[in-house]
Amino acid sequence: MTVDTLRLTAEDAMRLVERGEVSSRELWEAYRAAIDERDGELHCYLTLTGEPEGDGVPIALKDVIGTKGVETTAGSKILKGYVPVYDSTVAARVKEAGLPLLGKTNTDEFAMGSSTENSAFGPSHNPWDPTRVPGGSGGGSAAAVAAGLAPWALGSDTGGSIKQPAALCGIVGLRPTYGTVSRYGIVAFASSLDQVGPTTKTVRDCALLYRVIAGRDPMDSTTADAPPVDLPEAEDLKGVRVGVPRELNEAEGIEPGVREAVERAIELCRTLGAEVGETSLPRSVDYGLSCYYLIAPAEASSNLARYDGVRYGLRVTDGGYHGMVERTRDEGFGDEPKRRIMLGAYALSAGYYEAFYGQAQKVRTVIADEHRAAFESFDVLVSPTSPTVAFALGAKAQDPLAMYLSDLLTIPSCMAGLPGLNIPCGLSDGLPVGLQLVGPQFSENTLFRVGHALERALDFDYVPERLR
Amino acid sequence: MAITREQVEHVARLAHLALTDEELDRFGEQLGAILEAVGKVSELDLTDVEPTSHPLDLVNVWREDEPQPSLPREEALANAPETEDGFFKVPPAVGPEPDL
Repeated sequence: MTVDTLRLTAEDAMRLVERGEVSSRELWEAYRAAIDERDGELHCYLTLTGEPEGDGVPIALKDVIGTKGVETTAGSKILKGYVPVYDSTVAARVKEAGLPLLGKTNTDEFAMGSSTENSAFGPSHNPWDPTRVPGGSGGGSAAAVAAGLAPWALGSDTGGSIKQPAALCGIVGLRPTYGTVSRYGIVAFASSLDQVGPTTKTVRDCALLYRVIAGRDPMDSTTADAPPVDLPEAEDLKGVRVGVPRELNEAEGIEPGVREAVERAIELCRTLGAEVGETSLPRSVDYGLSCYYLIAPAEASSNLARYDGVRYGLRVTDGGYHGMVERTRDEGFGDEPKRRIMLGAYALSAGYYEAFYGQAQKVRTVIADEHRAAFESFDVLVSPTSPTVAFALGAKAQDPLAMYLSDLLTIPSCMAGLPGLNIPCGLSDGLPVGLQLVGPQFSENTLFRVGHALERALDFDYVPERLR
Repeated sequence: MAITREQVEHVARLAHLALTDEELDRFGEQLGAILEAVGKVSELDLTDVEPTSHPLDLVNVWREDEPQPSLPREEALANAPETEDGFFKVPPAVGPEPDL
């Protein structure tokens, strides 16, 4: 039978394999054929694997996820040629579940960026309009799923790297509660924020893949036990309290087309039986971005100290040891990691620590408290995921601050360790708009329920118009 | 908030980055703009607020103190740019320290 990789959900693919209507290998080959056809234009993949292993539905992994025997670069020249000698826990879980690896997907270097333009290996392109970015940092995974080049994929999210590309590519993306998914074997960016999560076509696919990867891991002491995952069934929202945080929905820079699509989705919540009310996160939006761009770079400057040309990756020799380390880092890192390393080193340096890093950690408490207060009255908070639809390649590449604003609406909940789900909620000028659903810690099942009911009612067609 | 060229050089040295003159100029300008934006956190009076370093309330996660297998030496060295006799090999590290 012919496999329509553009339309087939992972859940349906699973059913086809179970019924013996298509073999796991045939599925893998169908996606490989789609990759051969379309990835030249889209550049979702950095590495393709040679042979499928497993009897399930194939998967793509973002290139920050360590895979034994398969090159893992994190989109950086400094890790070019690095082949892990062990699997990350999520790669091992995916393997145990029988999901064959299609390949490793493109990412901004060290997951630092919102467009994939910071990848040392060139940007990915948005399947809805290849002159535009797919979002980032997990743009490769999101574009691959949207373009039928993978049934589902895993990404990583520090300040929006799963949710924002999912929004820009018109698919589903979950940033799980901090600590529910192991980071063992993941290339670290900012350890108090990094989280691994699924990128899929539907909310049910997302729940199925989250079920595979979630749970405590003895190899990562920051993991916590997650409640068992319920596959969402309900098509109404009766009894659900939906909060609309004013600041997240009225922030400067939200495009009118994005606002309209989100307002329609909020109205739909009411139609489906939810109680909808306004709420407020006054300081989370105003100060979230500043807080993030102090804490994340500070942690990055520490995490990226390991790239010294000694144990793995690039080495550029220049006289003695210190010269070697400095030359290696200057040639191996691209501009964005260098900027963030220096920003972090500055924020942590003597004389500035209290004013910058210490103060940012206190702002983080304020953000968490504001969300906690909102969840006393609401089960889920809704807003746009990204203030804009996919923007043109090059539009923000020379202006780091403009690029940082792409994550204005995803960052606050990340700072508080909260789960967030993106679902597509409509089009603006022919490009997808993403709706962000945020819940209290460990509320993934609520997010799946709300996301699923909305997805059914919205009936968004996730196949990019130009590929239909 | 402007950052001086000396400060940029100092931070680059702290971060072990040998930056070119062009990079020092460019990053100096960009860091100045970013620091001005993120400096916004100082507007808030948070004297009595506790800092958050981690979003979960996990304290002292223990495991049994039992030896576990670790990577064989050849695998641990597999990605190293240079090795000798089962060790990572680096250029001479003695000599003048960089000025921090």
